[in-house]
Formats: sequence, structure tokens, C-alpha cells
Amino acid sequence: MTATTLDLSTSTLREVNGTLHAATAGSFTITHPRGAHALAAGIDAAIDVEIDGPVGYYCAGMHKTGTVLVKGNASTGLAENIMSGTVRITGNAMMSAGATGCGGLLVIEGNAGARCGISMKGVDIVVGGNVGHMSAFMGQAGNLVVLGDAAEDLGDSLYEVDIFVRGSVASLGSDCVEKEMRPEHVDTLTRLLAVADMDADPADFTRYGSARTLYNFHVDDIDAELAAGGAS
Amino acid sequence: MCGIVGLFLKTERYRPDLGRLTAAMLHEMRSRGPDSAGFAVYDEGTPGETRLTLLSEGAEHDWAATAAALEAVLDAEVAVRQTLDHAVFSTAGDGRRARQWIIDNVPDLDVLSHGRQIELYKAVGDPDLVAERYDLASRTGTHAIGHTRMATESAITTNGSHPFATGADTCLVHNGSFSNHNQLRRQLRRAGESFQTENDTEVAAGYLSWRLREGDTIDEALMAALEDLDGFYTLAIGIESGFAILRDPIACKPALVAETDDWVAMSSEYRSLAGLPGIEDAELFEPEPGRIYSWSLAA
Repeated sequence: MTATTLDLSTSTLREVNGTLHAATAGSFTITHPRGAHALAAGIDAAIDVEIDGPVGYYCAGMHKTGTVLVKGNASTGLAENIMSGTVRITGNAMMSAGATGCGGLLVIEGNAGARCGISMKGVDIVVGGNVGHMSAFMGQAGNLVVLGDAAEDLGDSLYEVDIFVRGSVASLGSDCVEKEMRPEHVDTLTRLLAVADMDADPADFTRYGSARTLYNFHVDDIDAELAAGGAS
Repeated sequence: MCGIVGLFLKTERYRPDLGRLTAAMLHEMRSRGPDSAGFAVYDEGTPGETRLTLLSEGAEHDWAATAAALEAVLDAEVAVRQTLDHAVFSTAGDGRRARQWIIDNVPDLDVLSHGRQIELYKAVGDPDLVAERYDLASRTGTHAIGHTRMATESAITTNGSHPFATGADTCLVHNGSFSNHNQLRRQLRRAGESFQTENDTEVAAGYLSWRLREGDTIDEALMAALEDLDGFYTLAIGIESGFAILRDPIACKPALVAETDDWVAMSSEYRSLAGLPGIEDAELFEPEPGRIYSWSLAA
């Protein structure tokens, strides 16, 4: 079946998103996005959407089923609160990509900006390049895979996310520590690299996770709490 | 919220189009700041000539009388070019002295800018109307910065609109808010800076002007700003023959930069950059937190 073309130079954003929301099947190609916001947000049918060009804020937000492929760059909040399904981008994503995502897969072929996967709650995020500072901040569940480098304060105040980084880590955030790569982690990473179609050797990655020292607040230990972050 | 844009032309190629390109960038930021707008445009200026952009809020102002009085103070001729409630005074006299004299002696005027290269316009209302009213599109020059405001820190007034300029050819636009501006304003007043509003961003402009006047380079001034300005901010800064960007170390306020051989542009959102000539091949990046970016024509 050929894709239906939706041209944002002749249609409004509301019309294009309305068409996507009304669809129950099929493929759609969106042209001339020119940084439009909230494009292809809220998709809950098994449709395939390809966007040819750069998108603005909150592209594919709340994504539920089907796939969204962005051929270009994305601004703040790509696939924020993704529930399931797949979102993929060929370029770079600005800050807060995959924020609060509850499930599904987000693949960023380029770099991700600050706070990638902030407060992630189950989404799997695979980044081909680097991630910005405070990525996976307060992450609760899911996996963050970084083929490049991570900037400062990776995994700050982490709950339960596994972070796999192939390159360097500028610094770990509070309560985030390097952890052993056990067989189940190698399996998870191998699976994620395969579904993300990324060519990398799991043996080259280091795993980071929560030291779990911030789970409970101990007022008597406040000084130690503030200084925590190195214990495992 | 607020939207900020900056365009710095590294080569002569698009200098005839500076105003048109800046107006188009500002247009895309209307939704981020619908209540007021402003812009500063830099051109190469005339050797030995200082310009002051003045704003008269409210009643009709007798520009000729003010210019005549200023001529006596400066012992130099003052030419007047009026655009609605703004006027540009051109003089061979001392610009900083002229600015201070007007602030001290003509209370119904605001001195929006002074310097060899800068003119600055601002007003309450739809950013497109503001750009149209002061004919941004027809302006030529080397660089421009603009702002669309959604007021948070002080009231929706013309003199609360950005950009803010206190020192010669130095102005900035700001997305965010500062929390220590009252304390800083007091300190800067003691150091000889004068302020015309209660706005937090004017304090940041005054801070940079003070540092530059003390001999800092723009990079040194911004390095000091990282220590002394408390708050959250993305700043676009215009200086004589130069342009700079700074984000606070948390960097929650958006910024995107595009650069080609001919120009550097920054905006709160990609939409503003989408229409620039050659954007398809531009290098695009998100400025890193707490890192100083600056460009200069002087190099």
C-alpha cells in the first residue's frame, strides 16, 4: 500500500494530526514540517508515520501504537510520555527526549540533549550518539542505551533504570553507580541493540544503576545523604 | 515563557536583509510572547558618531527641545530622527554622558540604548505589529537580537520589554528569571550603573555593561556572570561587532543555534530558524549549559 502524503505547507497542523487520529491503518508521509510542534502526537492506531524534515516540541508525544519515523532533528520533548510502540529519529533530539515514557521504544540515531529520559517509567531509549547532562534523572524503570558519551550527572537520583554507556561518562549523578554486567543485562542490551538496528558489541558497554541509598529519607543522616553517591 | 532570537551576519552577503530575516524569526516566536516585543539592530555606524534611542511613554514629547538642551550639555550638535514614540539622537558628543543627563533630567523619557552601532525599539502588543510599526524589515546591518515577551517578573509595559541596554552597544534579551536582581541592582548602582526599570533583565544588562567597562572581554564578563547571576536563563547578547549566548548551568530554558559560513542564528525554537537562507546545510546545535558562546566581526 502506498503512503498517504500530508503536506504541512498546504494543510494546518490540526488537520494533519486530525487525519492521523482518525486513521485506523495505513502509512502516512508528512512533508514540510518546518519545526511544527506536537506533530504526530497522541497516535493510538497501528499506523506508520514518516516525517520528512525537522520537527518542533513534543513530536510523537503520548505515542501508543504504530511507528513514527522522523527524518531530521527534533526539538524539546520528543516522544514524551510514550506508552508503547516505536519512535525513531535519524537526526538529533533536543532536551527531554523520552521524558516520563512508560513503555515502547525510542531510537535516536544522532545525539540527545539534556535530560534525555528524565523520569522515565519503562520506556527503552537507544541513542546512537551522545546524551546531555542529567540524562535519566529520577528514572524509575526501563533502559537507556548510549552508544556515545554521557555528559555530567548521569542517572542522578535514579530509582530503577539500567543505563548502558559505550563511551565516556563525564560524571555520575547522586546515587548513580557503576554496576556489574551480568548475563541478563547482556541479554537485555543485545536485544535492545537488535530492535534498534544499532551495530555495537554489548561487551563494550558499562552498566550504571541506582545505589538505592536515597530510597528513604533519614533525617539523622542528612549530611551523609548529601554527600552520598559513591557507595554501591 | 518568552521567545528570543538573534542573528549575527558573519559576511556581507545577507546584511541588506538583516531586518527582513530578523522580522521573520520574530514572527515565529509570537506564540511564546504575545504581550510585547522588542528588537535591537546593529549596523556599522558612522565614525565618531554616537546614537541614543529614546522612548517617550505617554504624552507627546518635544524632541527638539530635549535635543537643544542636550546640545548645550554636550557642547555638540544633536540630530533627531523620530519614529512614532521613539527617537534616535545622533551626536559627536559623549554617549554615556548624554544617557545619564537624560535619565537625570528628562523623566518622561527612557534611554533604550546608546552606542555607535545600536538602535533599539520596543513596544507593548503583538510582535508582528511592533516589527511593522518600527519598520524592522527594511533595516540593514550586521546583527540583531529580538524578544517576544510573556511577562512574569514585572508588569506588561513598554519599558519592561526587552531588549535591555545600559552600556554602550551592549544589550541582551532573556528567557527566564533572575532571583538576586534586587541585591545586584544595589551593588551595581554603587559601582556607577544606572537603571530605569524594576525589571530583572535590566540588571543583567547592567552587570555585563559594568564588567565590560571594567575591561573584561565578553567571555570574561559572561564567565563572571555565571557566578554572580542567580536564576534560570537563556541569554542572547549583542555587543559592538559581536554576539554571544549563555545558558545557566541547569539550562531548562530552550535554545537552538544554527551556523553557516555566512551567519549564526539562535532562537528558542527551530521554527524561527526554518526560513533562514541555507538552513538545510547549517550546523545545528543546542548550546551546552554554563558554556559561553561568542562570535565577533573584529577577529
